[in-house]
Order: sequence, then structure tokens, then C-alpha cells
Amino acid sequence: MHFQLAWRNIWRNTKRTIIIMLAIIVGVWSMICLGSLLRGIINQMIQNGIATLTGHIQVHIKGYHNDPVVENNITDPEKISANLKTLLPADSRFCSRVRVNAVANNAEHTLSVTMVGIDPSHEAKVSFIGDAVKTGRYLKSNDKYGIIVGKAFAKKFETKLGRKVVLMSQNVNQKMISKAFKIIGIYTAEMSATEEQFVFINKRTAQEMLGLINGISEISIVLTQNENFHKIAEKIKKNLPEEYEVHTWKELLPIVTAYLTIYDGFIIMWYVVVFIAMAFGIINTTLMAILERVREFGLLKALGMKPRWIVKSVLYESFFIVIIGLFIGNIIGLFSVLVLSVTGIDFSAFAAGSEFMGISRVIYPDIAFKDIITANMLVFILGILVNLYPAYKAAKFQPVEALAHT
Amino acid sequence: MNIVECLNLKKTYKQGKLEVPALNDINLSVQKGEFTAVAGPSGSGKTTLLNIIGGLDSSDEGSTIIDGHNLNKMTHSQLADLRLNKIGFIFQAYNLIPVLSALENIEFVMLLQGVGKAERHERSLSILNDVGLGDKYNRRPAELSGGQQQRVAVARAIVSNPSIVLADEPTANLDSKTGNSLLELMKKINEENSVTFIFSTHDHMVMDYANRLINITDGVVVKDQVKQ
Repeated sequence: MHFQLAWRNIWRNTKRTIIIMLAIIVGVWSMICLGSLLRGIINQMIQNGIATLTGHIQVHIKGYHNDPVVENNITDPEKISANLKTLLPADSRFCSRVRVNAVANNAEHTLSVTMVGIDPSHEAKVSFIGDAVKTGRYLKSNDKYGIIVGKAFAKKFETKLGRKVVLMSQNVNQKMISKAFKIIGIYTAEMSATEEQFVFINKRTAQEMLGLINGISEISIVLTQNENFHKIAEKIKKNLPEEYEVHTWKELLPIVTAYLTIYDGFIIMWYVVVFIAMAFGIINTTLMAILERVREFGLLKALGMKPRWIVKSVLYESFFIVIIGLFIGNIIGLFSVLVLSVTGIDFSAFAAGSEFMGISRVIYPDIAFKDIITANMLVFILGILVNLYPAYKAAKFQPVEALAHT
Repeated sequence: MNIVECLNLKKTYKQGKLEVPALNDINLSVQKGEFTAVAGPSGSGKTTLLNIIGGLDSSDEGSTIIDGHNLNKMTHSQLADLRLNKIGFIFQAYNLIPVLSALENIEFVMLLQGVGKAERHERSLSILNDVGLGDKYNRRPAELSGGQQQRVAVARAIVSNPSIVLADEPTANLDSKTGNSLLELMKKINEENSVTFIFSTHDHMVMDYANRLINITDGVVVKDQVKQ
């Protein structure tokens, strides 16, 4: 009957109960929505970073990470590849690349770019470029002088398919070399910065141009499960000779890693701020409800109800209000996330700023079960706890004074 | 056998800087099965006396013994247990729990006592029938008249088989016919079950029903008369 009494008591003043519930609903909704949007942003940053050539793990010659020049190249990539095939999970993929800084120019324009020499068939399975060519075509293994450029690059260069682009760089002998290429494909990427930065040519062409015999700059590895990358990177490190270095995406994308670290702390802060705002409303409204029932609490004590039972009775009422608020808040929150996961939020207006941070133009939310659990646990536990004060106040009423209350 | 003993009770209230004596050296005892009215004008101390007997308030001096228990030596928790198991209350303003039905209001006391659901239900229904409200078991207080609510309050007060029932001006908010009918009921309970009733009242109808009348004025017993 205690639960029955609590349930009926919360509906004595329907408007007030709904107001408290609304505070909880809005609070939970904002926790779930914002949490999933932030997680979506972070996950997109990670996915963009991994897909934009980084991969989950990269292998380089020692020193490349600090000084990514063409002289620091892996001279025997076949041996490494053979090794990797035995070390990596069966469903993972990897490819080798030549990557150097270069200058692209045509008759009117000059731009600093990253020239990436790829093995087209392997690269297509590893990075974004395989599906990204929207105009023209992707590279073939026999494309000696074909180049794929980004849409933003083409716009900046005021160029198009079939036109010439000259790439200039420094070879292993530190001599400046240049070569002309014909644009055979134009790709689009999540970020226009990517489209401006990376130009793709055949690996063999890049090696010849830079004086590398079989040398490559990096081997990029993509796993099917992001969670295992640390263990696999360690395994590779142990099994490769010391002249090679192995890095995970966390080391290769320090800004994203920093955001990840900030994210968890930020989300907890957001939850606490939302909860504090909610708590004031909850405590205030519950206190009002308690003070309206002073006589009744006096009666309960007169009948022999002990203070701890009165506390429990008030907490039961809080329990019902919090549970209903949580239930509805979760439904609305999850529904909002579902809608946003289809429509996304268009950040194009802030494109320059958001791309600087590695954020895509359209953000999609990403729900993590642990975020929902954290939000619900926080609201449930603290929602009950903040009502301890009004419950304690109710339990302290003296029967004589309370019964005389009008 | 004395069910209530009050020895040299004194109680003073502070109203700002003023000290108002409510009870001044009260000595009285009540035997089991009495139907006693404590009468006096407003402010005479009769409600204060009932509150002290019921363990709702404490005296500044003196002692109160209920069914062998000295209230002055009891903790708040022990007093709560005493009120739950030994004392029934009937208030002027009925004081029923508004969200519970008549039956549930009566059951509530037994719930606090830890009585099982089936027994609670059976005893509550039986007593509700005894007070003539068996057909209104599922009505909430707002759906009952003043007299009916007070009957439910009486039922609640006696369902736990208390040693004493303390009734603070139970007929004050009722018309004479309803009040009379209520007093008939309480008298019947008193005679059939030997439940001790102590009233605080200034209603002559209540005084007429009582078989002992204690008059209090300014916190002092001025007259204590057992009717023949």
C-alpha cells in the first residue's frame, strides 16, 4: 500500500507533478541528444581521420613520423607485407603508399599538396579514395601519368577533367623534380580541406619520379574492429625489426585523440550542469508539495509512523516521478536521435571552422549504450537523493504543531 | 486497573517572551473501560492534556504512565510504537488520508503494525460494517459527509485494538444529530469491548454521554465527577 499511497499522492496536484516530470524529461532528452551528437562528431572525426589515409595502424621506417621526408622510406616493403599477412587478423586490409609534400601548379595557380602514390586496387580496399571519384574515373594500375584531384582542388585551380597539372617535389637525392599529369578523375571527400590537400597518382610513377626503387613511405592498415588496434599494433611492433616504427591512429591524429579525452570530461560536465538545473526545480516543487501536507505528516506521526518510514514514503513518490520522467525523456531523446540520424545537422554554414577541427559538413548522432546508462543512472540516483532534503523535512514535523497547521 | 496515570503534570508554552502555563500540577488517573470527558473552555488545557497522554507532546514536569509505560522515559521511536499499538486518535478535523478510500484509511494503521494483507482487509471491512459504512468502503474522504468521515476515523482508531482512544472534540464539526449518532457508536464500542475513551470537549452532549466528567480551567482540575 506504500507504493499505492505514493502513486496516488503524486497525482494530487497533476500540474505540479507534470512540471517536475517535464524538468526531468527535458534534462534527459538534452543529455541523450547532445551526448549522441557529440559522440557522433567524435566518431566522425575518428572515421574521417582513419578513412583519410591514416588507417588504424601505420608502419614506417624509424624516423619517418618525426621527419616525413622521401629519404625516410621503407626499402623492402615486400618483406614487411609478408610479415603483416601473418600478424594481422584475416579480415583486415593494408596497402603501401608513397607520400611526399609537393607543389601542384598549372598556368594560373600554385598550391602546396600531398602527393600520394597508390596501388589502386589495394588502396581502394583501405581508404576512402576507392569510392570517392565522382567525376571521371579511378586510377588503373597502368595509368602512368593520370592524376586524381579533389573537387575543392579543381575549383581552386579552375581546372577540370582532361586538363594538365604539374607536380613538383624533391627526390631522394634532394634534387627538385617535376612531372606533368592529366586529370582523369575528380573525387569528393567529407572535408574540402582533404580535397584540396591530397592528389593521387600511381605508386610506380611516384617511385620513378622520386628515385625510389621499390621504396614506400608507409603501410596503412585498416582493421574491421576499432577496439583491437592497440593490441594488434603491439603485436606488429614486437614482430618487426627495430628499424621500423609502428603507430596507431591515436598517435597519428593527436588532435582527435585530444578531443576524445576532452569529450568524456565534457559530457560528464554537461550532465552535471543539466542535472543541477533540474535539481533546483525538483527540490523546490517537492518542498512545496511537502509543505502543503504538513497536517497529513503530523497525522502519520500521530498514528505511529516512524520518521524513516515518512522519508521512505516521500522517496517512493520521487521514485515514481523520476522513473516516469526518465521513461518519457528516453523515448523522446531516442526518437530525436533517430530523426537526426537520418537528416543529420548541416554544419555547412560553419564549414571552414568545423573542417579545421576535422568535423564533417553534416553531423550525424551516434548513440552509445554507456552514455544512455550514465545519463539515466545519474538522473535516477541524484533525482532520488535530492529529494532526501524534503523527505527529511517531512519526517521532522512535530505531530502537535503539524496537526495544528492550517 | 489504571490505564492512564498523570502525576504532577506541568506544561508551559512560550509565546515570544511570554510564558503561558497550559497545565499546572495535574493529577489524575483513568481506569480501563472508562468513558471520560475532559471539559473546559477554550485554552483551559484539555487538548494539551490529551496530547501529553497520547505521547504527542511531553510535559515539562511530572510523569505520564500509559498501560504501565512511563512516557517520560521513552524515546521518540518507542512513543511512536506506543501510539501505533496502544492508542487510537480521533481528531476534530477527522484527518483522514485523502487519497485512500475509507477501507484503506482503516487498513493503514494495521499496515504500519505489520498485519498481513488478508487479515487487514477482513478486519477493516468488519469494523466498517460495525460503524454502518460497509457499503462505502471504496469511497474517498471527499466523497463522504462529515459524520461519515468521523465514523471512519472512529473505525481507524479502534481497529488496532488500542488500550485507549483519545478523541479531541470529535463532534465539534458535526451537527447535533450526527454528533449524537457518533457518540452512540463510541459508547457502544466502549461497552462491548471495554475500550477506554477519553474526550476533550466543551460540547454538553458529549459530557452527557460520559460516565466521568473532569473539568479543567486554566490548566487545573477544578472538578472530577463520576456519574452514577
